Amino acid sequence: MRTIGSGGWWVGLAIAGGVALCTSAARAQETPTAFINARVIPIDGAEIDRGYVIVRDGKIVAVGAGDAPGQGRAERAEVDCAGKVVMPGLVDTHSHIGGIGGADGSGPIQPGVRVRDSINVRDSGFRRALAGGLTTVNIMPGSGHLSSGQTVYAKLRFGDEVRTIDDITIWNEGHTPAGGLKMANGTNSQRGGGGAFPGTRGRSAFLVRNAFIKAQEYKQKLDAARREDGSVDESKLPERDLDMEVLVEVLEGKRVVHHHTHRHDDIMTVLRLADEFGFRVVLHHVSDGWLVADEIASAHAGVSAILVDSPGGKHEAVGLRFETPGVLERAGAVTALHTDDWITDSRLLLRMAGLAVRGGMTRQGALESVTIAGAKLLDLEDRVGSLTPGKDADLIILSGDPLSVYTVVEQTYVEGRLAFDRSRPDDRLHAMGGYNAATDTEPYFCCYDAEMKHAAGLAQSGGGQ
Amino acid sequence: MSMGLSSVGVRAMACATAWGAMAWLGAGAEAQVAVRARIIHTMAGTPVRDGVVLVGADGKIERVGAGASVTIPEGYEVIECAVLTPGLVDVRTTVGLTGMYNVDQDQDVLEPGAPMQPELRAVDAYNPREPLVGYIRSFGVTTVHTGHAPGALISGQTAIFKTRGDTVDAALVKRDFAVTATLGGGAMAGGDKSPGTRAKQVEMLREKLIKAQEFARKDAAKADDASEEGEGKDAKPPARDLAMEALVDVLKGPNTKPLIITANRAQDIASALALGREFGITVWLDMASEAYLLLDELRSDGGPVLLHPTMYRAWGETSNLSLETAKILADAGITFAIESGYEGYVPKVRVVLFEAAAAAGYGGLGFERALAAVTIIPADILGIADRVGSIEVGKDGDLAMYDGDPFEYTTHCVGVLIEGERFPGELEYEIKYP
Repeated sequence: MRTIGSGGWWVGLAIAGGVALCTSAARAQETPTAFINARVIPIDGAEIDRGYVIVRDGKIVAVGAGDAPGQGRAERAEVDCAGKVVMPGLVDTHSHIGGIGGADGSGPIQPGVRVRDSINVRDSGFRRALAGGLTTVNIMPGSGHLSSGQTVYAKLRFGDEVRTIDDITIWNEGHTPAGGLKMANGTNSQRGGGGAFPGTRGRSAFLVRNAFIKAQEYKQKLDAARREDGSVDESKLPERDLDMEVLVEVLEGKRVVHHHTHRHDDIMTVLRLADEFGFRVVLHHVSDGWLVADEIASAHAGVSAILVDSPGGKHEAVGLRFETPGVLERAGAVTALHTDDWITDSRLLLRMAGLAVRGGMTRQGALESVTIAGAKLLDLEDRVGSLTPGKDADLIILSGDPLSVYTVVEQTYVEGRLAFDRSRPDDRLHAMGGYNAATDTEPYFCCYDAEMKHAAGLAQSGGGQ
Repeated sequence: MSMGLSSVGVRAMACATAWGAMAWLGAGAEAQVAVRARIIHTMAGTPVRDGVVLVGADGKIERVGAGASVTIPEGYEVIECAVLTPGLVDVRTTVGLTGMYNVDQDQDVLEPGAPMQPELRAVDAYNPREPLVGYIRSFGVTTVHTGHAPGALISGQTAIFKTRGDTVDAALVKRDFAVTATLGGGAMAGGDKSPGTRAKQVEMLREKLIKAQEFARKDAAKADDASEEGEGKDAKPPARDLAMEALVDVLKGPNTKPLIITANRAQDIASALALGREFGITVWLDMASEAYLLLDELRSDGGPVLLHPTMYRAWGETSNLSLETAKILADAGITFAIESGYEGYVPKVRVVLFEAAAAAGYGGLGFERALAAVTIIPADILGIADRVGSIEVGKDGDLAMYDGDPFEYTTHCVGVLIEGERFPGELEYEIKYP
């Protein structure tokens, strides 16, 4: 199996390939902003008691201790963060915000379905996620399938310029949306059996194995159509099959499998299939991960774990323990945490990092689990996940220590732009909840005025009838 | 919580607490225990620094005081911890009627078939060996008010238990305590069955309570008949009716049997309060997601609020809940306690320690008021403050021990006492799969 998140060959490939972020929000040169007098948690280095972060044009340009160069005199905006903590925007490796829908009941394996085609960017879930300090999210299609479709990696930009899913999508080079493939096993994808859906674990694995064998055959046809000079003999191409095309991407290591799996034997089944077909996999949820931590680590699989407040709720999750992230960390697995929103609330992802420490994870490991570890698992570590010069200026300002129950996210910046500010009434509403907080974004607050102005502009320019 | 692995390094952390290495098994209720703590939140006056609590052989608290002022008698086992609180009281849960596996065989929360079944009793359904009972205890919860879940117009009668004991009788504090009802979208029958609307729900409850009034009248006539010449001497005593008997008690008011109505939307909260006015009883509200919209009404007509878990999901009926409702209620002077409530999926049981922590921090309620909302206030609401909810001489020796601020995410509950009997904290608690 190929390595996840530990510097294997594919990481180099991903960097060489260049995961390009959306360029539609290109902006004019901006004056820099310096966040000063902050306790800085850069993630890629030691915590700084009093330091600064300077951002410009949506990128981090400098991070350091003490005064920022020219502090108080330079031509730039300065945000005084005395008494506050500045750290990278959080990365959530598994979320269902956006009113998502994925595969339907017509079959258990539907890789061709794209969650991107279902997302409402005005969903209040995005506001709550920003209130929790999230800036990068892997939005997954829903549950109940062996494969419910393609996930999308999103940047939680917010404001009038966010009009469609395109405006928050993270793009690969070639303008294809970045994302993985959602898969699941265990009881999640079983529906009694006897029909299209499996009723047992054995049939679940058989169906997946069968699909990947078909994909291998499909890939052989694709390869056979390729001439020695690299051009394609279109007469030899197989009929297009959207499901197969995605599975071929998985076989080629271009698309990561994000695999729901809880019970220890189900985890091992995922590792077995990944080894058999050579796909890259991130294990999600892993309630029983503590039982097979060494196996996970030696397979170089990534882990995206969740902690909920009690074990059970379904049979395969009775092994859930707060200790799991720490056990996986000690075993050497790259371990991230995810909200699975709405299973847990996006506003409380830092709480989960705190609970991971409660269960024995190191502080650094826990802070990485909601930042750089997730970035690695999404192939985005060259862009997000730490306060490293050159990376996107995604950062959050906290009222205190990130792992304290008494701390709140005060501001969230996405690519240098203020996307959440707890002091703004509408942002506070989404941070706290309250009347109408869970409905779609209020037009008054975000879009309606702008839309009306836009419409008036169209009418004036003769675009209207 | 222990994972049965010695290699995971968690045990070592547990043993860093002064008493982590002590044996749990064999600790009987007869043990005399002295608990030393750097800070004791007694919930009866200001916290005691560097204090000691003595729990006697009868399981009751004998002494509470600053360490220097308390001589620990010979033969008392000494336990040390950083922070000591009263055992936590969960004002409304379904634990013990809901089990960890969430399969038919361990879910006794809702009886299908009829929308109103006040005759059902939690005492006949509570499983004291349910692993989730021990699980919440391992975080400091020592008393639970539990029963059938929201979701039926009238779901049954609750009971209060300590989170210990292998039998219902050994765990029981109060049986048949309150009748639970639900208004709103959560309690529709579906299809062409009743109730199918909010109005019908209220009408059905009204009719049932009127029937209970009539039942009580006939019962009273029977009692008159016993005095020979009473007018009702020819009146036939009504046949026993367990549902009616429960509702007759409800009509006597919350001191006899509280009526707890789960209502989230403001209009359902208003309907619950109006129903209470109509029958001259003070209704207790459960969940109450939109309570912040009706503060004046709650102050004038409402009983205590059994407030939704702070981190409950905002969706459907609870779409408008706020993480700061606890603070809003506290500021308005409305009596409330924070509950773990009911979850149909995950987390199968919520832990009031965590819900109070979220209210304290994220919700702005603050430490003292949040701790009160899961200790002395629920004890008061449930009428058991003579036994639990604070650390005072004569009360049950129910104590929760922590290695730091109980609400911090990274703190651990390192042990629990219930009437002097020792139980493991979260790092040592081992789930026994039933």
